[in-house]
Amino acid sequence: MIEKPMIIQELEEIQDTALEALKKIENEEALQNWRRDILGRSSAVMSVFSNISQHPKELRPLIGQVANQVKQTLETALLDRSEIVKEAAILQKLQDEKLDVTLPGRRPVTGRYHPVSTVLRRIYAIFADMGFQVHRSRDVESDLFNFELLNIPAYHPARDMWDTFYVEGEGVVLKTHTSPGQIYAMRKNAPKPTRAILPGMCYRYEQISARSEIQFNQLEVIAVGKNITFGDMKGTLNGFVRRLFDKDVRTRLRPSYFPFTEPSAEMDVECFVCGGKGCSVCKGSGWLEIMGCGMMHPVVLQNGGYDPTIYSGFAAGMGPERISMLLHKIEDIRYFWGNDIRFLEQFR
Amino acid sequence: MLLPLSWLKDYIDINLPLQELARVLTMVGLEVDGIQVVGLPLPSEDEKHEFKFEGLHWPADKFVVAQIDEVMPHPDADRLTLCRLNDGSGELIVLTGAPNLFPYKGKGPLTPSIKVAYAREGAVLYDGHKPGFVLTKLKRAKIRGIDSFSMVCSEKELGISEEHEGIIILDMEAPTGMPLVDYMGDAVFEISILPNMIRDASVVGIARELSAATGRALKIPVRQVPSSGPDITGNAFVEIRDPALNPRFALGLIKSVEPKESPYWVQRRLRLAGMRPINAIVDSTNYVMLETGEPLHAFDYDILVKRAGGKAPTIITRAATEGELLTTLDNVERKLDSNTILVTDTAGPLSLAGVMGGLESEITPETRNILLEGASWNFINVRKTSTRLHLNSEAGYRFSRGVHPALATWAIDLCLERMQQWGGGTIYQGLIDNYPQPPVDPEIKLTVADVKRKLGIEIPPQQMAEILTRLEFECQIKEDFIIAKTPPLRLDIGTDEIGKADLIEEIARIYSYNNLPETDLADDLPPQRNNASLELEEKIKDILVSLGLQEVNTYRLTSIERENRLFPKDLAPDLQPYVRLKNPSAPERAVMRRSLLSSVLEILEKNSRLRDRLAFFEIAPIFLPVQGELLPNEPRRLAIAMTGKVENTAWDLPESRLMNFFDMKGILESLLQALHLDQVVYEPATNNSMHPGKCAQIKIGEQIVGLFGELHPKVKENYDFLTPAVLVAELDLETLIALIPARFESISVPVFPPVLEDIAIIIDEEIPSDRVEALIRQTGGKLVTDVRLFDVFRSEQIGQGKKSLAYSMTYQPQDHTMGATESTALRNKIVKRLERDLGARLRG
Ligand SMILES: [Zn+2]
Repeated sequence: MIEKPMIIQELEEIQDTALEALKKIENEEALQNWRRDILGRSSAVMSVFSNISQHPKELRPLIGQVANQVKQTLETALLDRSEIVKEAAILQKLQDEKLDVTLPGRRPVTGRYHPVSTVLRRIYAIFADMGFQVHRSRDVESDLFNFELLNIPAYHPARDMWDTFYVEGEGVVLKTHTSPGQIYAMRKNAPKPTRAILPGMCYRYEQISARSEIQFNQLEVIAVGKNITFGDMKGTLNGFVRRLFDKDVRTRLRPSYFPFTEPSAEMDVECFVCGGKGCSVCKGSGWLEIMGCGMMHPVVLQNGGYDPTIYSGFAAGMGPERISMLLHKIEDIRYFWGNDIRFLEQFR
Repeated sequence: MLLPLSWLKDYIDINLPLQELARVLTMVGLEVDGIQVVGLPLPSEDEKHEFKFEGLHWPADKFVVAQIDEVMPHPDADRLTLCRLNDGSGELIVLTGAPNLFPYKGKGPLTPSIKVAYAREGAVLYDGHKPGFVLTKLKRAKIRGIDSFSMVCSEKELGISEEHEGIIILDMEAPTGMPLVDYMGDAVFEISILPNMIRDASVVGIARELSAATGRALKIPVRQVPSSGPDITGNAFVEIRDPALNPRFALGLIKSVEPKESPYWVQRRLRLAGMRPINAIVDSTNYVMLETGEPLHAFDYDILVKRAGGKAPTIITRAATEGELLTTLDNVERKLDSNTILVTDTAGPLSLAGVMGGLESEITPETRNILLEGASWNFINVRKTSTRLHLNSEAGYRFSRGVHPALATWAIDLCLERMQQWGGGTIYQGLIDNYPQPPVDPEIKLTVADVKRKLGIEIPPQQMAEILTRLEFECQIKEDFIIAKTPPLRLDIGTDEIGKADLIEEIARIYSYNNLPETDLADDLPPQRNNASLELEEKIKDILVSLGLQEVNTYRLTSIERENRLFPKDLAPDLQPYVRLKNPSAPERAVMRRSLLSSVLEILEKNSRLRDRLAFFEIAPIFLPVQGELLPNEPRRLAIAMTGKVENTAWDLPESRLMNFFDMKGILESLLQALHLDQVVYEPATNNSMHPGKCAQIKIGEQIVGLFGELHPKVKENYDFLTPAVLVAELDLETLIALIPARFESISVPVFPPVLEDIAIIIDEEIPSDRVEALIRQTGGKLVTDVRLFDVFRSEQIGQGKKSLAYSMTYQPQDHTMGATESTALRNKIVKRLERDLGARLRG
């Protein structure tokens, strides 16, 4: 039995001390220092390999073997510790990066549509599904198209229904309704059938108030063909209303008068807020007046290029601002052209 | 039209609850705007108030008919009286200050006694002394030492009218002790009369519609007692100069009638219907007008005889001569024109036909003999006259919408009888009736097929006839059609195709619109086409909204002063043609705008203190008069106005850069790029509204599509902005839309890797950067797929009047991988070109 060489004892001591020290290491930098001191080129362990020739020949294999074991043990321990230190470092980092998630976010700038555009698009889309296409027409209109061709001759009592803005020059007005578009659309299509929606800005001489404006959008719907009936009008308008209010709302028709339709009617929709029981939106009546409509007057059909003994048609007119007011409970019609950003911002 | 329920019931037996009646009226086209109860109960709180209700209920135990048997003086107060009153349950003393009881004061027991409306203790009624209608409750109190707890009422206290001059003195027949609500409780329906239903501006007219809707019989009032007086012949003569203006003129005569007070029930009805009672003569003409719809006019016969020099007067109707004068009964001298129809006699004008009577021949307290006119007039002339003279009379209202001439004699007969009942006198036999131009009441053939074509339902001839007969059409029923003759009471039924439409409306209305079927459109669908201008406009809105802009919609009416704010004060143009209103509602809305930008800028200004960042746009027309054309051009424009910060600020980003010229340019570049418009050139431009060094026009091909830049400081001064720069743009939308390609082609994703290279050059300050980019692209050809300016740099080192521009370039070969030799060669080629053409120097 050969006595354990001194060097082996030393190696075992170095290993024990180094492992002890490693256990206490908490950060990457100390780990690197430990690695340099213990496993570096000039460390005690590594110098055993370089100085192996100083030992007796017969002992060299043993010393080499032990030194290798020590080196491996220390390297493994370093790797293990390194894992632990890294994990701890990540945890610390996450801890340090914690945010107050309740702080407000940074919002990019956003654009928005004017509420009238939104409601018009919605109406366009519903009617487009039924084959109705948009025809626009001018704002400054001749008396001929605004009145005469629509069966409203001069001094006709029906002229009282509109407080007209007259333009300098003979027989020129700001259009009081979108109905001149009926004539344009029909003349474009006749004798083929017509299905059109006619949006546009209209003007009436009024005192501006929460309820009335001097300019307002109107939108008319017309259908002309060989077999178009009052029943078709009811079906089309009811379908529209159901989609607009996204509900199976009840409607009713009351007789009314427009010079360009006969029979003429007002369509009421059961109040979608209270379901007809009566509330502030419907002023207790349970009904909301939503549009005027009727079967096209023979004179208008004739002026549009259709033979009224063969063709028939219906027309309906509604106010996009009024619909928007009902849908969003807008209290004051002046908000639409007032364009206060605090109003517009609500229509996101 | 104000319709008292009690009056309606004279002509039709109807006992529907108030709301139900209002619903029936509304559903035949007589829209009820509100119901004023005058004694009758209001609907209870939990009942649905489909109609607007107002007014006062008179509970049966609180309000009764009472009789005053004696009016005694008050011991301490001259202005008060004590009434010995019987309310049916016993006698009591009631205190009152009513001046119309003074004549009876101290006269001892009264025979007959005076009938009054009496409110017991605890009754709630209107305070007669307060303005408006304020409710009060009768409580026990001592007035001048006398116990007072109840009262005899005025009309105001009961909510009948504003009248509070004295108490109501009821007609003698009123039964003492009867609850007041049973005796005269009423409700007034406020009805909107449609322009084609002027026949229903009358109680009988409304009763007729109700009769048609409910099937209940209509009781038409006619004169009961034939006159026993002398024959009218020879007492007056009529001459109609133009039957087209005056198709009928009829006269009746009554003598020795007294203009005394009408019975109380007549006065009450007139007040409820919105008219002021005057005396039996005037009241009876107004009453019959409201009853029949035919306005009548009463002349003082004696004055006419005097004007005729003691002879029987000759009434002449004719158009006024230009400038002719007449003083109307409101004591205003009117200057007339030839549109006005006049009723005259041999001495001159008497009244404005169909509009208003003259002062001279009006009824006075001395009047005893009445010549009563019932006529019909050309509605257009009446309309022109009342519009020109701003005269809104009940007669003018009806005549200007067309009253059937057949009503005239019926109404005169009724009126003479009522005048005699309420004012006494002798009715002369017969009428003087000049009827040169009776209207043709159209006779229309209407087939089952006609009705089906319009309404989508087959209504048998019997049923069509039944409906129309209830509206007094005379109908012949045939196999599959009817022939309907229009009754001589309406002028709204046409002939041929129009007449058919008119009848179909009548049938649909009474059949009820809500009973007609609901069907889907089955007719051929018209050819479907795109509407490119609308669709692209909507796309432009989408893009701008996605770029963070807020859409606005502004007034198209403005004033020249407002638009001139868009120019420096010393440069505002003053001779631009505008579409001007003849009748503006306000001076600031007197013309149609020529500039959309001006409208949008106003909105930007209005909001300038509300938010840090504002970016608005609008798409709408402007209005440009065209020489020699009736109507203006209405080109659509896109206007953008922005000011303030680039981004929203945040808690850790308190400062944001302010927007400048290039933020606006970036928006426009993004917009045009999104529309696939690639060949866009931005050129320096000048405009009076813009900063001379920060203004550019957008050119696509040869077309200029718009202008943008920073607002000129002198223009900015005209507005209230706190921010240093306001960026604006106005684009000609129609030109722009016409340039947008209908479709675009995609490019394949490259297979070979791109080569990225940066280049920095120094050039003269004056050379616009887009020339550098264009030159790089031109030189590189297809190989250079992207050129991006990433730095602009100036320094002393570079030198005065020089700038450094740094570009990052992407080389993208399509069919091979580019090696270093090739890319270096390309780079050198580009640099050489820049050196040669622009005098550029490569920066170290
Ligand atoms: Zn409601």
